[in-house]
Amino acid sequence: MIHLKNIHKTYDNGSPLHVLKGIDLDIQKGEFVAIMGASGSGKSTLLNILGILDNYDEGEYRLAGTLIRNLSETRAADYRNRMIGFIFQSFNLIPFKNAVENVALPLFYQGVGRRKRNALALEYLDRLGLKDWAHHYPNELSGGQKQRVAIARALITQPQIILADEPTGALDSHTSLEVMEILKDLHRQGMTIVVVTHESGVAYQAEKIVHIKDGLIECIEENLHPEENPFGVNTIMK
Amino acid sequence: MLDTLQEIYGAVMRNKMRTVATGFAVASGLFLIIVLQGAGNGIIHTFEYNMGQFAFDAVRVFGGWTSIPYEGIKEGRRIRLDQRDVDMSRTSFSDKVTDAMPSVSTWATSVNYGKEYLGSTELKGVYPEFAQSQAVQVMAGRFINEIDLLERRKVAVISTRAATDLFQDETRGLGNYLCMDGINYRVVGIYKVNEMSMESEMYIPFTTIAAVYNKGAFLDEVLMNVRPFTDKTEIDSFIDDYRRASSHIHSFAPDDRRALQIWNQAEDSAELNMVSNTLHTAFWILGLLTLISGIVGVSNIMLISVKERTREFGIRRAIGARPWGIIRMVMLESVLITAFFGYIGMLLGIFFCEYMDSSVGNQTMDIGIFKTQYFIDPTVDLSVCVTATFIIIVAGALAGFFPARRAVKVKPIDALRG
Repeated sequence: MIHLKNIHKTYDNGSPLHVLKGIDLDIQKGEFVAIMGASGSGKSTLLNILGILDNYDEGEYRLAGTLIRNLSETRAADYRNRMIGFIFQSFNLIPFKNAVENVALPLFYQGVGRRKRNALALEYLDRLGLKDWAHHYPNELSGGQKQRVAIARALITQPQIILADEPTGALDSHTSLEVMEILKDLHRQGMTIVVVTHESGVAYQAEKIVHIKDGLIECIEENLHPEENPFGVNTIMK
Repeated sequence: MLDTLQEIYGAVMRNKMRTVATGFAVASGLFLIIVLQGAGNGIIHTFEYNMGQFAFDAVRVFGGWTSIPYEGIKEGRRIRLDQRDVDMSRTSFSDKVTDAMPSVSTWATSVNYGKEYLGSTELKGVYPEFAQSQAVQVMAGRFINEIDLLERRKVAVISTRAATDLFQDETRGLGNYLCMDGINYRVVGIYKVNEMSMESEMYIPFTTIAAVYNKGAFLDEVLMNVRPFTDKTEIDSFIDDYRRASSHIHSFAPDDRRALQIWNQAEDSAELNMVSNTLHTAFWILGLLTLISGIVGVSNIMLISVKERTREFGIRRAIGARPWGIIRMVMLESVLITAFFGYIGMLLGIFFCEYMDSSVGNQTMDIGIFKTQYFIDPTVDLSVCVTATFIIIVAGALAGFFPARRAVKVKPIDALRG
C-alpha cells in the first residue's frame, strides 16, 4: 500500500535542517502501524509526506502504486480527498460548521449532492455514536466527541489509508482509550492505519511499531499481540 | 453552484462581524462617491445655469471721450457712434462678426400702471435680433418684431422684475398699457431678468425710440455677435483692429483706448469656461480618489479575512479542496458581499442626492441686489452609479483573488499550522 524508498527531507529556515535522512518503509494493505519517536525525530514530517501535505526532496514514495512526486496542487488535493483520511491532534474541524457539515465536507469537494452527502455523514456519525450531536458545532462538543467527528470525516470518502497524527494528544486517558478502540475496530474491518505518536501506550496498540530517531528508522518492532499491552497499563501515560 | 453558494452563505453568516466590516467599507465608499459627485454636479449645474444667462458671443461697443490729441483736435472730444459703425462692423469684419445691430437708450423718469409706479427706467430701442444676440429669454408674450419696427409701434417688452412690481406676478401684464412719461406703451412681452445683474431695462422698437425721443442719428451702443475666439491674443488683435477701423470714421488716434469702449464678453467666456472645466476635473478627481479609498478598504478587509482563514483553508485543502476551488470561493464571496453592500450604498447615495435636491436644491439665495440658486439638480447619472458599483465589485473580486492565490500557494501543512 505504501512504499517509501530513501526519502530525504531538509527544511531550510535560515540554516538547513536535515529532518529525514533516508527512510525506507513498506506498509501493506490492512496493517496497523505506529510511528514512534521523540519530538524532533522527524515522525510528523514523515506523516505529512505520507499525507501529501508536504513534499520530499529525494527518494520515491508510492501510494497504492501511484508515484507521488511533484504533483500539481490540484492532483494532490484529489489524491488526499479520495485516498487518505486524516485525523489530527487538534481535530481541525471547521468551527462555523456543525458536525454533519464537517463530516460531509470531503464529499462536497467530490461534487456529491447536499442531501446525499448529509445523509451519508449522518450515517457515519451514527456509527461513531454521535447521532444526537449531529447538529452541534465543534465548540459544543467535548474533545473525544470532536475527535470522533474528525474520524467520521476521515472515513466518509472510504479512503485507502487513515493517517493519524497524535490522535490522542489533546485527549484525557479515558477518551484516548475510546479513540484507540475505534481505530482498532477500523483495523479489524480491514482499514490500513498509520498513527504517529510519542506515547508508547498508544504505539503498542498497533501491530507494527516503527521507531524513528534523528531522521532514520531505528528499528521496526512486531507487536503480534497488542491486546497483551492493555492501554494505559505499565506504560508511560499522562 | 448552488452548493458553493450555500457554502459561502454559511461562511458569511458565521462571520457576521467580518462581513459587516467589509460591507461597511464598500457601502460607505459608494455612498460617499455618489453624494460627492451629486454635490459636485449641483455646484457645476448652478455655475452653468448662471453662465447660461449671459450671451458669451456678444461684443458691445460704446462711444467714449478721446484722451489723445489727434490731427489738430484736442483730447476730451466725445465720440458718438452712428449707423456707419454698424455698417463698418458688418462689412469690414465679416469674417469674425456674425451680426451687428445698433441700440439707443433713453430714461423714462416715471413709469406707471394705474397706481403702481416704477422708478426711473431705462428704455432701450432695439432690433428684433437683439433677443437672440443678447440671450434674452422671453417668459411670456413675444419680443419686438419687424412689424413693430416698421409701424413704430409703441410696444414694450418688460422685465419679470418690472412685471412683479407693476402686476404682482412675474408673467402678468401682457396687453396692458404702461404710462411712461406721459406716453402709453402696450406690454407685449416679459423677459426673464438676469438674476445676477441689477439691470431691468425695457425694450421698445428702435424706430419708435428714434421717432418719439428724436434719437437714432447717434447710437449709444453697437452690439455685435462674434464667432468663438481660440485664445486671448486673437481677442486682443480683434479689438485693436476694430478700434483702428473705428478711428478712421471718427478721426481719433488708433491707439486711443478711451475713445472707444469695447466690452467683450467673449473674454469672460473663455475664463468662465476654464473655471467650469476646472470644476468638472476637480470633482472627477475627488470622485476617483473616493473610489480608490473604497477599493483600498475592500482590499484591506479581504486581505485580513483571507489571512484569518488560512487555517480553515488548510483544513479544506487537507480533505481535498483544490486550490482553484478555494480561490473561486473567496472571490465569489467577495463579489457577493461587495455587490450586496455596494447596491445598498448606491441606493443610500441616490436617496441622499434626491433629498439634497428636494431640500437645498430648491432654495434660492437672495442677497438683495440679485437672487441666485446655489444648488441645482445635485444628482448623479445612473450610469455613473452603476459604473462605480461595478468597479467596486471588480475590485472586490481582485481583492479576494490575490490574497487567496497567495494563501493556496503555501503548502497545506503550513496552512494547517497557521
